[in-house]
This record gives sequence, C-alpha cells and structure tokens, in this order.
Amino acid sequence: MTLAFSDESDEEIARIMKRYPTRLAALIPTLWVAQHEFGTVTREVMELVATRLDLPTAKVITTATFYTMFNKKPVGRFHVQVCKNISCYLRRSDDVTAALKDAIGVGPGETTADGLFTLSEVECLAACGRAPAVQVNKTYHEWATPEGMRQLVADLRASVNAAPMPPPEAHDG
Amino acid sequence: MAEVKTYNYLLRQDDGKDYRELGEYRAAGGYKAVLKAVRLGPDAVIAEMKKASVRGRGGAGFPAGIKWGFVPKETDKPKYLVVNADEGEPGTFKDNYFLSHDPHRLIEGCIICSMALGIETCYIYIRGEFFEQIDTVTRAIEQCYEAGILGESVMRTDQKLDVYVHPGAGAYICGEETALLESLEGKPGQPRLKPPFPAVVGAFGCPTVINNVETLATVPLIVEHGADWFVGLGVERDGGSRICGVSGHVNNPGLFEVGVGANMRDIIYELAGGVSEGREIKAVIPGGSSCPVLTKDEIDVPLTVEGLKEVDSMLGTCGIIVIAEGTCVVKCLQRISHFYAHESCGQCTPCREGTGWVARIIDNIEAGRAKMSDLDLLLDVADSIGGNTICALGDAAELPVLSFVSKFREDFAEHIRQGCCPFDDQPLPRH
Ligand SMILES: Cc1cc2nc3c(=O)[nH]c(=O)nc-3n(C[C@H](O)[C@H](O)[C@H](O)COP(=O)(O)O)c2cc1C
Ligand code: SF4
Ligand code: FES
Repeated sequence: MTLAFSDESDEEIARIMKRYPTRLAALIPTLWVAQHEFGTVTREVMELVATRLDLPTAKVITTATFYTMFNKKPVGRFHVQVCKNISCYLRRSDDVTAALKDAIGVGPGETTADGLFTLSEVECLAACGRAPAVQVNKTYHEWATPEGMRQLVADLRASVNAAPMPPPEAHDG
Repeated sequence: MAEVKTYNYLLRQDDGKDYRELGEYRAAGGYKAVLKAVRLGPDAVIAEMKKASVRGRGGAGFPAGIKWGFVPKETDKPKYLVVNADEGEPGTFKDNYFLSHDPHRLIEGCIICSMALGIETCYIYIRGEFFEQIDTVTRAIEQCYEAGILGESVMRTDQKLDVYVHPGAGAYICGEETALLESLEGKPGQPRLKPPFPAVVGAFGCPTVINNVETLATVPLIVEHGADWFVGLGVERDGGSRICGVSGHVNNPGLFEVGVGANMRDIIYELAGGVSEGREIKAVIPGGSSCPVLTKDEIDVPLTVEGLKEVDSMLGTCGIIVIAEGTCVVKCLQRISHFYAHESCGQCTPCREGTGWVARIIDNIEAGRAKMSDLDLLLDVADSIGGNTICALGDAAELPVLSFVSKFREDFAEHIRQGCCPFDDQPLPRH
C-alpha cells in the first residue's frame, strides 16, 4: 500500500503553504502534520512530504533528521519524558526517573515490548520553577514525585485496559 | 533587608482572570495601546521605545528600541517580525507564562511593533515541546482575526497584519536568532555568520526584527503608560520591570515581577522564601545556565545588565538557580556541560569537539577517575571553545566551566584526591 495523506491533512498542508513565501518554510509544520497522521517520520513519510511540497527528498531528510522531535522509529503510546537538567536535578529528578524506570519496566531511551510506554530523559522543559518536570505526550506534569509518577503510570495502564486503542498522537496522556 | 517591590503589570497570574479569552483581555484594557500607537504614529512609537530603554529579555540584553531603529525604512522588500518563543535555556521559564496564560499581551506587542516598522507578516516561533502553548496562542490569534484585530485591516486602520505560529521540533540551538531563522525557513537550525544582521538580511533574505516574548510583552505597557513611567520602574539605561524566575533549592520557587535593579539576594530570601531546609547558599547561577556561577558572597547585586557584569557574570534571562550547601557542584556542572555538548549544532570544530571533551573530563572527575592535571586540562579545553565560533553557544558552554572550577576548585580537587564523589552520602534537600 502506498502512503497518502488524508483529505484533512492535505487541506491543512495547503493552508500551511499559504503562510510562507517559500515551499521549504512549510516543511517543519508539514512534518508535524505527517507525524500526527502516521506516528513516525520514516523514509517513506519523508518521500511523501517531499512530493507534496515539491521539494527534493534530500532537503526533507536533512531537516527531518536534524530535529529530535520527529520520531524516526516508533515510540510508545505514552512517551514519558523526564527533565534531567539543572533545576530539575536539584529537586531530585533522578529519583523521579528511577521510580518511572521501575514502574514502566524499561530504562531511558527504551520502549516496553507491548508498545505502551517509552521512557526518555530530556533537557529543560521551561518549567524549572515547578521542578521536577515530566512531559507525557503533550501534557506537562509538574512538581513530579516518585509516588505521583508511579500512580500516573498505573492510571495510564488502567486507561488503556478500559478503552480501545486510539491512534498514537491523538492521545493526550 | 530591604523589602523587594513586586509588580503585576506583566505577571497577572494571581488575579483570577482568564486572559486567554479576548473578552477578558479587552475588559482589562487590552488592545487599547494599539489605538494609542496609531494616534502617536510610527516615529513616535520608535522614539518611545528608545527612551524606555527596554533591554532584550531573551538573554543578550540588547536595547530593543535601537534594534528596531536598524530596520531600513525604505525598502522594496517585505519586512518581518519574528518572535523568539523557543525558551529552552535551563533555569528559564518566563516566556512560558505569556504563552500559557496571557497570549494577547504578546500579540498586542507584535501589532504595535509591526505598525511602527511597516511589517505585514509576523511569525511566532514556539518550541515544539509546547504543544498546549501552541494551541493557546493559535486560538488567541484566531480570536483576533474574528474580531478584526488581525488581518486586512487591523482595528479598522489601513495596517494589514498576518500573525502565524511556527512550531519548532526539539532543538535548543534554534533559540539563537539566526538558527531560528534557518529553522523558520525549513532548514536545520544552524546559526549564520553575522554580519549581516537580521535587521538587514533576516527571514527569507528580508529585513527582520527578532525579539523575545517578554520583550514584546512590555511594548503595550510602554505605549500605554509612556516611556518615562517605564524607565521609572527600572534604572537608567535599563528600564522597566521584568520577570525573574527562581528555581532550585528555595522554599517558594516561581516567577516574580520586579523592577530592573532589584537586589538578587533579597529576591531569593524574601520572594522565593529562602533556601530549602534552612540551609546556607552554596552557589547561585544568576540568569540561566550559561551565566557564570556566583558564590554566596557575590549575590548582593542589583539585577541589571551592568550589575551582573560587575561580578563577572551575566544577567541573561533573569532565571536565578539557587544551589544549597551540601550539593555537589561537580554534578551540577556535569548536567550543564552535557546539555551544551548535546545541543551544539556541530558547525564549528572548537564547539563540536570541545563541548564533548569537557563533558567527558567532568564525568571522569565526578566518577573519581581523574588526575589532578585534568583540572588544568579542563580549563584549557573550555577556554578554547568560546570566541572562535559562529554563535554564542560556544561561550555559553565555556563560561560555566571556568567559573565553577575557579570558584569551587577545592570541591573538584577533593573528588580527585578521594577517587569518588565526596557528596554521595549528602542528600539534596527534601522539599
Ligand atoms: C545558544 C543560544 C540560545 C538562545 N536561546 C534563546 C531563547 O530560547 N529565547 C530567546 O528569546 N533568546 C534566545 N537567545 C538569544 C537570541 O539569539 C536573541 O538575542 C534574542 O532572541 C533577541 O531578542 P531580545 O533582544 O528581545 O532579547 C539565545 C542565544 C543563544 C546564543
Ligand atoms: S558555536 Fe556551536 S552551536 Fe554555535 S554555530 Fe558553532 S557549533 Fe553551532
Ligand atoms: S531544568 Fe527541568 S524544566 Fe528547566
């Protein structure tokens, strides 16, 4: 099956292109649309984006690979990201990471076998005044504690058992 | 101890109103400054901005009015306003406030700036992690289009203005203004050589103003109350109030709006509630992680660009990070150095190689695997990073190393002598 954008995404991309004087400038927002629809930005997705924006595939690859938020490989349905930078470190983010590792069952940079959780350590999330900061998919969890994070993981697990699987990006954690 | 005066001109988090709603924002006087700016006319607005001596709140502290003055008046090219909302310097979390709670204040600042400089297109570059903030700002922009505040005719004037959100995608270096422009143009975020400066050759090769979120948020206040009032909140040549963030080992971390020139020690003890567990201060990083660290004897300083220069540090973003007694400063520097190594864009050899090397030496010291001579090697390598690079990330990586090692040399030496971290059995404060 060849990859194609949904009508909705296609319209969104058309709107994005109108905002900029060049097609290249539409690339990063379009990659977001693609990631939203397909979950990952694989080589195939990059080619689709290149065709849609009428750009050389090499340009798309150069940009897509520079930015860490474009997922080159699948991430779990819940992407749990703990800030490890200075302000969070001072307020014991390492304890939060340890608790999450224990509750989720994998270490930073890894995804659980069931595809439910990916754990990452990330740099400053600009929430330093409410440290430690954790981001799960799109949502911030501030003043994180080891106990609170264990509970969160349990709640996320329970929410999956209660509801059928939505597409990856659509979920808000 | 003097009492620190706080304000709620910029920071209105405690008055129970939802300023994300256009109605609430207008009810509190919002968008009136746009009409006043129309009456004043572009030249008078730029003159007020110069007189207000508002220094850029994004870190470098360049006077905003002067920057606006660099944009050529007569040009056949379009001009752009680009908002730097890529906030990512560790210890800095103030722009997040406007994007989350008061987006119209930013938009109003953008409108006034655009009118003054004849700009018809504005891009707000928001870091990719800020999903909810991107939605909030996007919604505020939509409200403005519906209300005739943006679009073909801004508030029934002959000014046309389009404002768009441009999402980033997870690269700290895109906060550097020319990397941000590259990223806006769809390319990897690799800083450009300056000159030419963005005011002349910026986005898409056209004249461009780049300002920080908080800088633009001050603009409606300056127009509404006048430059003299604004200057009066701060000090000469560094006007206004600004938002200072305090994080780390304090009892009441958070954002505080203070006049430029407020005393840093008082902010820490009075506003931020003093140090956790009643401990002493060991070190303070005054303005985001790239600023040279201070000891507890050096923090009795006014928060001004000049005041921090006096103690060989920088005001940066006013993001104060407090480190309590009993904390391992080697571990602190380790976090900071790994950050800069990770975020180096790799264009310049001293930065690409040096930042990684520095991080590895610090790893060795922390793990007790280093020799005494490694301390001088560390200083040597760090010293060779800054100055010879395309952008200031090189300096940002170098300065913390030089200041931490020179001010806390004994802590570093003790790791080497003992062959382990002497702080491992001293827990960080509990909160
Ligand atoms: C490595 C690096 C990162 C930066 N990150 C930011 C940032 O996240 N936000 C910001 O406003 N300025 C940042 N700056 C400063 C910008 O280059 C620029 O000076 C600023 O956006 C100008 O706005 P202002 O004059 O209103 O402060 C950074 C600079 C460097 C060298
Ligand atoms: S100093 Fe570092 S981050 Fe800046 S351009 Fe050079 S390599 Fe890139
Ligand atoms: S250091 Fe963790 S959010 Fe800033």
